[in-house]
Amino acid sequence: MNIDSIKNGFVIDHIDSGKGMIIYEKLELNKLDCQVAIITNAKSKKKGKKDIIKIDKKIDLNIDTIAFINPDATINVVEDDKIVEKKKLTLPETIVNVATCKNPRCITSIERDLDQVFILTDKEKNIYRCKYCESSLK
Amino acid sequence: MKHLIDIKDLSVDEIDEMIKVAKDIINHPEKYSHKCDNKILATLFFEPSTRTRLSFESAMMRLGGKVLGFSEANSSSVSKGESVSDTIRVVGYYSDIIAMRHPKEGAPYVASSNSIVPIINAGDGGHNHPTQTLTDLMTISSEKGHLDDLTIGVCGDLKFGRTVHSLINAMSRYKNIKFVLISPDELKLPDYVKSNVLDKCKIKYYETNTIEEYLPKLDILYMTRVQKERFFNEEDYKRLKDYYILTKDKLKIAKKDLCIMHPLPRVNEIATEVDSDPRAKYFEQANYGRFIRMALILKMLNIK
Ligand SMILES: [Zn+2]
Repeated sequence: MNIDSIKNGFVIDHIDSGKGMIIYEKLELNKLDCQVAIITNAKSKKKGKKDIIKIDKKIDLNIDTIAFINPDATINVVEDDKIVEKKKLTLPETIVNVATCKNPRCITSIERDLDQVFILTDKEKNIYRCKYCESSLK
Repeated sequence: MKHLIDIKDLSVDEIDEMIKVAKDIINHPEKYSHKCDNKILATLFFEPSTRTRLSFESAMMRLGGKVLGFSEANSSSVSKGESVSDTIRVVGYYSDIIAMRHPKEGAPYVASSNSIVPIINAGDGGHNHPTQTLTDLMTISSEKGHLDDLTIGVCGDLKFGRTVHSLINAMSRYKNIKFVLISPDELKLPDYVKSNVLDKCKIKYYETNTIEEYLPKLDILYMTRVQKERFFNEEDYKRLKDYYILTKDKLKIAKKDLCIMHPLPRVNEIATEVDSDPRAKYFEQANYGRFIRMALILKMLNIK
């Protein structure tokens, strides 16, 4: 893969086609002052189509958020034009302010300044439950 | 500091100890009548529930303590009002322990994260109601003499009924428990309760549409009402609300020492003619509720 444009930073690869923008928004990459590239619908042997995000800066990357949105994406760490590390993603135990509780009776629907926290309660079935009302996500 | 948000916050040993204390209170009330002198219980009912509130207030008064609080007649005012965390921060200065009921699920958990005094969840929406479960365990222990070796029938709304989920959770920790799940197809126990609780604890259970099928085998029959507020359409509610009605006639095939329970208030699911049957324990159940709440208050205030 071509990483010419990145000197020091990250290439988030093998993102499901269509999820690139979601990750971009959740990580608030629009707030960065460095170069950020999103490639959508790139060809992929594994997936047919994929999205790729390139970030030309060693930011404090929220890997849990990426893992939650797209567990089979890969993160390449780039230093001096070279991939120095490939991070494997594992589903995070908790996610904070990534998803919103859909239960209309949940306290998060009215209480001010409450973080939206979900906890991985079933590792086999990938089920996250709201920390407050225990409703499952999805 | 200890809070009681979910029945799982208490270990089996802690529950057994509390039941022991509650039974001692029944036998020797005078020993306990000044245990909470100078202590204040705040009852914060953001949603009205007269029965539960009076049970808590009576429990505290019988321990010699005092009570203050509020009960919102209109639960919609919750959404306009002060946040839960702000209210709790303030009330913590006025009281030694707080019992709160709130229409929003998870509200007591938010309260406990912001409180300088112990919080007791007195019901949060369709989520948890741990003192109801303690009441149920106290009733079973008092009426049957033990909490193991029991076949328990739960009947009615097993899908939305939080008291049932919580009871199944709590009873699954005891030895040799079997459940009979009696409900219409639309209101069956959710799969996650079956897999996360019953299967995990290797509890045997049977599902049926009728009360009669397993009634002769039951030691406990726990009836619940179908709650209107859980339904999105009136038709479904009307069709299901009178699906089960327990009558004297049906009870002919039941064990002589069956214990019939109900968290109250009932609608039509138990005919009033059953009230005079010695196996009907639902009014005693409410009485047991106060004693176990007394034991709980003592435990949470660390008073021996
Ligand atoms: Zn929630």
